[in-house]
Amino acid sequence: MSWRVARVSGLRDETPSARTLVLDVEDWPGHVAGQHVDIRLTAADGYTATRSYSIASAPDVERVEVTVERLDDGEVSPYLTRDVIVGDQLEVRGPIGGWFVWRPEEEAPVQLVGGGSGFVPLMSMVRTHAARSSSAPVRLVYSVRAPDAVLYAGELARPPGHVQVTYAYTRAVPEGWPDRPRRVDAELLAAATWPADRRPRSYVCGPTGFVEAVADLLVAAGHDPRTVRTERFGPTGGTR
Amino acid sequence: MGLISRGFTGRRREGAEDLPPGQYLTHDFPVLAAGPTQRVPTDDWKFTITTETGARHEWDWAAFTALPRDEVTVDLHCVTRWSKLHTDWEGVSLDTLLADVETSAHYALVESYGGYTTNLPLEDLTDGQAWVAFRYDGEDLDPEHGGPARLLVPHLYLWKSAKWVRGITLSDHDEPGFWESVGYHNYGDPWREQRYWE
Repeated sequence: MSWRVARVSGLRDETPSARTLVLDVEDWPGHVAGQHVDIRLTAADGYTATRSYSIASAPDVERVEVTVERLDDGEVSPYLTRDVIVGDQLEVRGPIGGWFVWRPEEEAPVQLVGGGSGFVPLMSMVRTHAARSSSAPVRLVYSVRAPDAVLYAGELARPPGHVQVTYAYTRAVPEGWPDRPRRVDAELLAAATWPADRRPRSYVCGPTGFVEAVADLLVAAGHDPRTVRTERFGPTGGTR
Repeated sequence: MGLISRGFTGRRREGAEDLPPGQYLTHDFPVLAAGPTQRVPTDDWKFTITTETGARHEWDWAAFTALPRDEVTVDLHCVTRWSKLHTDWEGVSLDTLLADVETSAHYALVESYGGYTTNLPLEDLTDGQAWVAFRYDGEDLDPEHGGPARLLVPHLYLWKSAKWVRGITLSDHDEPGFWESVGYHNYGDPWREQRYWE
């Protein structure tokens, strides 16, 4: 797998701390929803730093979008979310990952559960579902700190492809919201996710503690562990 | 040298000179797995080595934990780029588990509770290079980190150190495991940065 040159052709601020980079990649081979790319930065003296970022966009010919959450103590994410300008060139390698993926040919119900910036690869699945007019029914649970931390809020307000979206706000709720801040728990999952007897394929992505809790709750609710696919990242580890 | 990133200076983190290429140091212990955490009671736990002729060598928890154990301090390198240095484990060496196993096989397929698999050459499991570990940092190994017991092969990327290990099948041919079947490197040497299939 070789490094390719990508030109930054667009930038979108999604939240105060997250930015989407639109990349035009030479000879991009295309991707499957859920995959990620490595981005490599090189300093003038040859020092390099590489990190993985989830792809947010639906498969496209030579364009790929990644959404980067800024970690204030990070080495790469502050550069990508603050310093990069349209026209810059970056090096990318990918797409990477063949397990945490959803293909539009699959017809089983899809259950997406995302926490924080772990929602990014799930958005690629939502967009792929719409772009390919998939008939697979999709439900999404999105756990997020506060309303201003919701990624792709405008797009999710009119979810493409009839995706049923349920938010769990963990620290601050929107005005007029009928519930207190809460974490995703068994009650919320029972109300908002496919029951186990519909045999959904579930994708759970987010910080480690979130993924551990949600995956355990899904198994406790009767889901076959083999149908629950997870991707986890810690404050320092994982794929961001 | 790659394309220079305008204005990027980087941070050359502490200790990076002792790490394999492309890795950075972490002090916590991130959790990575492809699915839910398996919870296997030690009463139900068994570990089986199956040879290329079909001969089986099996240990239950009592027999396994009665074997001589090693205390080892090793560095961990995850393909997602974190490395954790000087981690303390207790486990049974594969040399001990293989002592009475007659085989001329060259390859091992490691299997876990929950269905995970990973493959490696048998010679990477012997000569003090690999353990079935069941204690970490002085405590029983937590299920999130692969307890009750996981394989520990610290000279390869951590996905080779299968969590919730249940057995090893020896064979004359190499069969790709779970991650090895979906784009990750067949061998996975962090010092040669063998992350992905080319």
